[in-house]
Amino acid sequence: MSDPRDQILGSIRAGLGRGRLGGTESEALEARLAAHRRNRVPARAAALDHAGQVALFIAMAQEVDATVARVAAAAAVPGAVADYLSGQNLPARLVMAPDPQLDDIPWNERPLLDIRKGIAADDDAAGLTGCFAAIAETGTLMLLSGPESPTRNNFLPDTHVVVLRASQVVAAYEDGWDRLRLRGTMPRTVNFITGPSRTGDIEQRLVLGAHGPRRLHIVLVEDA
Amino acid sequence: MQATSRAFKANAHRALGNPELQRAMGMMRTGFPERRAVAIARLPEFEALRDDGIAIKNHVLAHLDFYLETFEKNVIAQGGKVHWCRTAQEARETVLALCREHGARTVTKGKSMIGEEIAINEFLEANAITPVETDLGEYIVQIRHETPSHIIAPAVHLVKEQVAESFRAAHRDLPHDRALDEARVLCDEARSVLRRQFLAADVGITGANFLVAETGSSIIVTNEGNGDLTQTLPKAHIVLASLEKIVPTLEDATTLLRLLARSATGQEFSTYTTVSTGPRRAADPDGPAAYHVVLLDNGRSALLGGEFQDMLRCIRCAACLNHCPVYGAVGGHAYGWVYSGPMGAVLTPTLIGIEEAGQLPNASTFCGRCESVCPMRIPLPKMMRQWREREFAKKLSPKAQRWGLALWAYVAKRPTLYRAASAAASRVLGFMGGARGRFRSLPLASGWTDMRDMPAPEGKSFMTLWAERRKPAPRQAATP
Repeated sequence: MSDPRDQILGSIRAGLGRGRLGGTESEALEARLAAHRRNRVPARAAALDHAGQVALFIAMAQEVDATVARVAAAAAVPGAVADYLSGQNLPARLVMAPDPQLDDIPWNERPLLDIRKGIAADDDAAGLTGCFAAIAETGTLMLLSGPESPTRNNFLPDTHVVVLRASQVVAAYEDGWDRLRLRGTMPRTVNFITGPSRTGDIEQRLVLGAHGPRRLHIVLVEDA
Repeated sequence: MQATSRAFKANAHRALGNPELQRAMGMMRTGFPERRAVAIARLPEFEALRDDGIAIKNHVLAHLDFYLETFEKNVIAQGGKVHWCRTAQEARETVLALCREHGARTVTKGKSMIGEEIAINEFLEANAITPVETDLGEYIVQIRHETPSHIIAPAVHLVKEQVAESFRAAHRDLPHDRALDEARVLCDEARSVLRRQFLAADVGITGANFLVAETGSSIIVTNEGNGDLTQTLPKAHIVLASLEKIVPTLEDATTLLRLLARSATGQEFSTYTTVSTGPRRAADPDGPAAYHVVLLDNGRSALLGGEFQDMLRCIRCAACLNHCPVYGAVGGHAYGWVYSGPMGAVLTPTLIGIEEAGQLPNASTFCGRCESVCPMRIPLPKMMRQWREREFAKKLSPKAQRWGLALWAYVAKRPTLYRAASAAASRVLGFMGGARGRFRSLPLASGWTDMRDMPAPEGKSFMTLWAERRKPAPRQAATP
């Protein structure tokens, strides 16, 4: 036998008691892949209307120690962010992902909010990003990597503030996959984020902020 | 790593007499099962999802060659590379070659059981590359020169005082008299020490909970975010995965993810679920420039079509460890190799041989909790019995046990002899037990009587009672 690849595939086929799959069989498997058929999706979120899904998202996110502020319009976001930071006794300083989704927010109306646009560095204490979707089922944010959304901005700052539009809330992960496929190609990274970083590795005691953000704050903008 | 599975009995004995370990295991035995029960009660579809998950895994195993080839094709299409490795040695050498190719001096690591299986850390160290574990539990066992004692909670065998002591010994640049009495403080210290390592690393190595054929992606779940910093900051991301981790589509991975965290930690969903596909794109401001998947067989393909095939459904959630009375009493190190608990008792003999690991499938009470909580419904007790049968057939079990069994089998196959012998034995033992009705010691059974008394047989045997019942009923009771 030749290389490891052929040997492993050969050993698999020997175990399964057959040779390489024939044309019809592999076509059936190709069709299964292409269909993206959903398996069972829990009714928990799927059975709700959109307002119910938004409410479930908030409840589930709060359950895992995220905080949520609801605002009526994009114009209210800078104030909500500034209030959150001051409420946590944090400096009014942020690194902001260069995400065009965040461009309709009138940041200049809050001149005291010190914002640097770009990629996060180790000494950035707080960061602000947009997101791609939010999953009501478990209070999970879905973020994609790309030119406008560096992955490290989701992990390096101690405080992560996410601006989420109500229209981005979907019932289940499967709805997120559908939206992603509509968008086109797979990004390098899809991050599903459910609450702030945590560990239970010492005596099973829950500690927030293991390596990623200690705080996750979601500003939810009504846009429906 | 050098297996000490042969010494399970001695290891277990030591573990039972270790007060710190017993304190730590006490916290484990209640925590995980309670949280799992709560999470499952909240999801009415959980049982049906288990069946769906099993169907997905069985479908994959029946078409494993097709899905692996599809996965490879899609990894390449995204600009990554798959390295097929038959053995642990091939995998180690592949990882080393990749690290050298990327000029690595420091390598950060997310938690990977395949990394433990191929003992990658020792190998990199021997070749002048420094591996740094970044999962808090893994980091703790690494600085203590130990191995993980649990597949998802590596330091579950330790209490916080032991962690504090290890941090004082390892972090010598910090004031020696600093307070380290809370998990919170210990975690913060590890965070700041490891943050420097994340920023300095040249290569990041993670495991994979799933590989997705459709997209050529690898998926990891973590709660700390260490796996994300590990794979985002360095120049190259190496994924260590065994070949049964493959699933067809993102939808299939999603079904299994719904089972994984609930079964493991009792969370609805892990904090971070990360899907990684190829290296960074041309316009991306960050992410690794290279993406490699080291795909390990190490004896798994040989399980296909055999009596242990179902073990390849395992998603490494550790529910079987968390609910096992034996694991809960002795901890993971007693098992003497990488995998412990019921899944380890079945998997370890397939990977290092029944000669080496024969004690493990014997370390079971057959209470069946492992199978009942396994999200993949793997028949773990049945498989342990199959290993015991193989061990017996290979004449590996102790002589006294084999002769005893042979004698018993001879008598049991002859009902008249069996009844006569058991009636005689029960009369003799009943008489010897006397008024106390118990034995403090018995010949050939000191293993039992050292720890507790043996009750003496009382009254008639089941067969005698049965025979009496089948006799015609006494007349006075026959008619109303």
